[in-house]
Amino acid sequence: MNGAALFGLCGAALVGIGIYGLIVNPQPLRKILSFNLIGSGVFLLFGVVARRGAALGMGGDPVPQALVITGIVVAFSATALAVALLLRLQEASGSATLVPPESAGPSDAS
Amino acid sequence: MNTLPTVIPEATTAGGLLLVLMLVLPLIGVFAALILGGRNARRVAMLAIPAGLALAVAIGIELVQSGHTLVYLLGGWAPPLGIALRADGLSAAMMLTTAVVLLAVALFARGDFQTPANAREARAPFMFWTLLMAVWGALNAVFLAGDLFTLYVALELLTFAGVPLVSLEGRPDTLQAALRYLLFALFGSVLYMLGAVLLYGAYGTLDIALLAGRVRPGPVAFAATALMTAGLLAKTALFPLHLWLPPAHAGAPAAASAVLSALVVKGSWFLVVRLWFDVMPGVVTPSAAQLLGLLGTAAIVVGSVVALRQERLKLLVAYSTMAQIGYLFIMFPLAFDSAGNGPVYGAALGGGLLQVVSHATAKAGMFMAAGLIYAALGHDRIADLAGVARAMPVTVLTFALAGLALMGVVPSGAYLAKKLMLDAADGSGQWWWVIVLQGGAVFTAGYVVLVLVSVLRRRFDPIPLVKRVSRLSEFAALGLSTTSLLLAFAALGPVPGDLVSSPLAPRELGTFVAVVLGGALLALGLSRQPLLGTARLDTGANEGPLRRSVAAVGETFELADRLIRRWQFASINLLVLAALVGGLLVFGSPT
Repeated sequence: MNGAALFGLCGAALVGIGIYGLIVNPQPLRKILSFNLIGSGVFLLFGVVARRGAALGMGGDPVPQALVITGIVVAFSATALAVALLLRLQEASGSATLVPPESAGPSDAS
Repeated sequence: MNTLPTVIPEATTAGGLLLVLMLVLPLIGVFAALILGGRNARRVAMLAIPAGLALAVAIGIELVQSGHTLVYLLGGWAPPLGIALRADGLSAAMMLTTAVVLLAVALFARGDFQTPANAREARAPFMFWTLLMAVWGALNAVFLAGDLFTLYVALELLTFAGVPLVSLEGRPDTLQAALRYLLFALFGSVLYMLGAVLLYGAYGTLDIALLAGRVRPGPVAFAATALMTAGLLAKTALFPLHLWLPPAHAGAPAAASAVLSALVVKGSWFLVVRLWFDVMPGVVTPSAAQLLGLLGTAAIVVGSVVALRQERLKLLVAYSTMAQIGYLFIMFPLAFDSAGNGPVYGAALGGGLLQVVSHATAKAGMFMAAGLIYAALGHDRIADLAGVARAMPVTVLTFALAGLALMGVVPSGAYLAKKLMLDAADGSGQWWWVIVLQGGAVFTAGYVVLVLVSVLRRRFDPIPLVKRVSRLSEFAALGLSTTSLLLAFAALGPVPGDLVSSPLAPRELGTFVAVVLGGALLALGLSRQPLLGTARLDTGANEGPLRRSVAAVGETFELADRLIRRWQFASINLLVLAALVGGLLVFGSPT
């Protein structure tokens, strides 16, 4: 197994863990963290892509690195916005849950 | 053999600078509003939006005169190294629609979102005008961007600008709706980006024009298309991924709902169209397109039935948006010819575009009308709307015209769109979509009839109004609805004139009467309150077995909708959908 394959597998694992967390975790903050995990996995994959694209004799393809930086900025803004909304929700309602009141029943876990 | 395909280097065309102006004007507006602050935000928006409308018209004229796509290369660097802005007919039409709807929304919201006289700055008005321009800038970026990564950034900007619009009023339920919207949209966009990464890895570029020439059907293209399509559908809120839409659109202030419903969901729809028809025409398969059409049909049926079961007007209109989004996906199967040789541009695409434009104008008008009724009465319970028609005739007329436009009555844009799509269905031998196209109008008629009957009901004591609504708002909404209803005339330039017949021709009149009657029957059976008569039935004593069983059907739909809108269910659906699209691409491909 070469380095690119190892990092690729790591990226895939991160995406998988993140998606699992995003689906099953009821707490919004954990969902936000899970989204960041998926994002990291995708960025790692992009890094692998940059390495593999270096077959033309260069040390690495610089374009994906520029795109990853942009992607990190976008993910950071998304996280900031989500956390701000979450804090406002906590302030306004006293609880931070995503279940709308109409569907909140005794059997509803999330 | 290492022959790279020879690509004729693109150059900036005449009028390319207009695209840059269109892109930066709203963003300059955002920064100006932030710096000048306070009550100036509204002034900036009021200056920028008409200027943007003029720019959109100029781009349209330039496009028609030159007859080819307008291109601007940033910094003079050609793709794949540089980034190109491109405007074809599709993007020019969308930018024009956006500017028109935004102008109407700005006029509508002028009174509602003004800074109080005794304050230097108020949060809601300041944020509303700033975010309005931010949504506009993001939409223009979506329409102009020439590569998939810029499109990703533009789409994220659109979400970031749209989400706070939901919770402008800061009530806990709207904050929750906004957070759900944001999280689900992020899930969708991260899948989109994963697809883009895979494409870059395989083809070394994300530029739409270059990619279209390089993409070959294969595992990478299949996986990327499936992931990107599913992610975008989550942002468009196509059934069964609509969990965030009803609470978000119903909870936002009317002007914001109009923008979200008319424009923001169209951004990601536009991207699906770009992806399928511009980037992947050789990869997408008829069977995958049938799946999109099928989901659209399910959206029409479920959205309309649940809309009929609502007790509040704004929720009804929000569910109607969900149904109308379904319509936008009927064009996908129709864009393939009968031989299934990949998508053909033609009547279906034109019809889809017209449908988007007519839905954008009509739905914005409808949300504004619902908002005006809410503002005037202080509530929007459908059961207590009697007497509204007498108190607010202009607003009721707005709602009726928007409803007629959505139903596709001559000469509305939706009528012409339906006609074009019916032609495409005939031409490609897909008769089943004819049923959906004709039957969908009946469902639309159902909730329009329900609301109209409620507002037209007579009332003996004067209706208590908590607030007088501004004339300007009423007429801004009326203007949009009328535009939608008369859109067929505006669109007649590029299509042959014999497509539109007189609204009083026996055939059209017959269809119209049939649609309204069918809608009335649906409303009669499915609405919570009895359609006729003023007394509310609290017991089932007077109800016949037929009405009871129909009501049971309605309840089943409501239950199903509630289940589908659970977070876990919707997110697993998202993954299943991606897998399904992928599978249909693999097994539907000719090789």
